[in-house]
Amino acid sequence: MKETSTNNAIDLRGTLCPMNWVKTKLILEEMEEGELLEVIIDEGEPMRNVPRSAKNEGHKIVKVETLEDNSCKLTIKRGVD
Amino acid sequence: MDNLSPNQQSWSGFTEEQLQRYSRHIILKQVGGKGQRKLLQTRALLIGAGGLGSPVALYLAAAGVGTLGIVDYDHVDLSNLQRQILHHTDDVGRPKVVSASETIKAINPDVNVIQHSVRLDSGNARELMNQYDMVIDGSDNFPTRYLVNDAAFLTKKPLVHGGILLFEGMTTVFIPGKGCYRCLHPVPPPPGAIPSCQEAGVLGVITGIIGSIQAAEAIKLALGIGEPLSGRLIYFDALDMTFREVKFRRNPKCPLCGDNPTINELVDYDYFCGVPSSE
Repeated sequence: MKETSTNNAIDLRGTLCPMNWVKTKLILEEMEEGELLEVIIDEGEPMRNVPRSAKNEGHKIVKVETLEDNSCKLTIKRGVD
Repeated sequence: MDNLSPNQQSWSGFTEEQLQRYSRHIILKQVGGKGQRKLLQTRALLIGAGGLGSPVALYLAAAGVGTLGIVDYDHVDLSNLQRQILHHTDDVGRPKVVSASETIKAINPDVNVIQHSVRLDSGNARELMNQYDMVIDGSDNFPTRYLVNDAAFLTKKPLVHGGILLFEGMTTVFIPGKGCYRCLHPVPPPPGAIPSCQEAGVLGVITGIIGSIQAAEAIKLALGIGEPLSGRLIYFDALDMTFREVKFRRNPKCPLCGDNPTINELVDYDYFCGVPSSE
């Protein structure tokens, strides 16, 4: 298992559900187990859905930060397939 | 993959339009981007663009199965439209492969439709099947059904089988080496023993139900997910609204896939069945 610093990041502000999760998922699929992905999503529905979808597929939310514009930066740790 | 912009043109090989189109697949844990790519790379051969072939073609096209070969040499007849939802009133008189191809392209331009406007026979069946990953049988007569079964086994292609009549239908999947149609019925019935849809009639929607199950099985095979409907037959009766499952195994005495096979070459049954192989 490889742990790296966050070298994967994506800004999905303005991308609606479920496309924000679709895009996040595609990036996670190409990462290796244990790698970290930073995703910035809007508050509200995206914040309710994206973390839940990520957890349902075996990934881990390791950090949630609220940014100045009230959007959220999630740090997701890639789980096992 | 640093700081990808949400407006970038390609997402893991998908265009923005494909992401939207296939988003409900990609979200599925068992499919994802990897599965959707597999579907786009799948080559499926559909025998018949009729009652069963219609829902199969429509759902496989919508699902993004990348290459759909369609074998049919028939033309659209007004009496087809009660169940053959690939074709429209304006298509009456046109070749079914052409009409089918247009409908499929209108649903999903990603799909490469290959029109085989030929009558499937012992001379071309193997060569056709060799170009594809799987075969889906939407034929409506015994000569073709046996030919498709034999050719799929001999070319080692999984075969998604379906049949309908009256208010009933049946479907199963034949994985080479795990049983075939001849394990159940070694030889075709005598001519006239079983009426055709033309003689006996069929409730149009039955083709939608059985064909949709066939499409689901084809997609599962392409993705390699779930349990294929192999070694099991599903019988459906719309009047009772019941599904019955019957298990079966490879028959060691099967003339095609048994321990001592007697059929090593394809047989054209048309000569003695006396049934035209078309729909």
